[in-house]
Amino acid sequence: MAARILTVTSGKGGVGKTTLTANLSTALAVQGQRVVAIDADIGLRNLDVVMGLENRIVYDLVDVVEGRCRLRQAMVRDKRLSELYLLPAAQTRDKNAVNPEQMVELCDGLRPDFDFIILDSPAGIEQGFRNAVSPADEVIIVTTPEMSAVRDADRIIGLLEASEKEAMSLVINRIRPEMIRREDMLNIDDVLDVLAISLLGIVPEDEKIIISTNRGHPLAMDNHSSAGQAFNNIAGRIMGQDIPFISLDKDTVLTRIKRFFGA
Amino acid sequence: MDLLNKLFKTKEPSSRAIAKERLQLVLVHDRAQISPQLLQTIKDEIIDVISRYLEIEQDGVEITFTQNRRQSRLQADIPLMPNRRRQAAR
Repeated sequence: MAARILTVTSGKGGVGKTTLTANLSTALAVQGQRVVAIDADIGLRNLDVVMGLENRIVYDLVDVVEGRCRLRQAMVRDKRLSELYLLPAAQTRDKNAVNPEQMVELCDGLRPDFDFIILDSPAGIEQGFRNAVSPADEVIIVTTPEMSAVRDADRIIGLLEASEKEAMSLVINRIRPEMIRREDMLNIDDVLDVLAISLLGIVPEDEKIIISTNRGHPLAMDNHSSAGQAFNNIAGRIMGQDIPFISLDKDTVLTRIKRFFGA
Repeated sequence: MDLLNKLFKTKEPSSRAIAKERLQLVLVHDRAQISPQLLQTIKDEIIDVISRYLEIEQDGVEITFTQNRRQSRLQADIPLMPNRRRQAAR
């Protein structure tokens, strides 16, 4: 069956698109799916670093589009997982090096051989965003529970609706349950009230994300962290599994035991 | 609306409540893409048009933006002159 193409975007920078793309791709591959992650942030590539594949890059997306290499030559295979590939962005060009039509054509070329194609969008609403979103069957919008991020996400949703990319879902990232309890952070319902699209997942703030990027070892490869669990849940939901959202209540021994037994 | 209730009941609103209200207001204007000047122009022209057919209380006219989920609305609230005064004017 042909691949589903998902683009991860946000508008705002720094909310966790690249981290989500890396971990979602990894989580899907761990579950046996054939996945290619594409870094569409030409000029400011980072998906390679977050996935720990930065020293295996030979060719990139722009080389493929400009005909200097075949698509397969540019794809870096993650040796830790059997069917996970990265198509890196170019670091020495900019977002105008490719156009949306070329991105659509490139992704269509990949469709027959994969289950999922995940595109990491750059921040912004310009050409880079349009390049990343044009091939998408579904768009995942990432936000954090902060005014600027939610405002930018709203703008993105408006742009996507206008271009008839209506299959959208939301990931709320970097949640701090303690701040929500103190009423110093917008809660999940606040964000959903305002953005009004379906919720795909919630991810707590987790120091282990930084450590995982330091190591180039995405959290979703193991299941020993709250963020890692959240990423795996998102992957499961994308594959149609019915997985309840993680509880933001204080982590008691009882809830940890429940979670251990898959509750 | 429910924030107003919270304001009168408790000591002071949480930063979350403030953020939520500011966000909703900001998004109304972001989504409508209408400047305050344009809104005033729309208001003036609505007053002109309605005034051709009905006597209205111009000072009481309110044109506002509201939104519910992803649906925005432009609402015009136009008070008519009380009946007696209207008849006297003819």
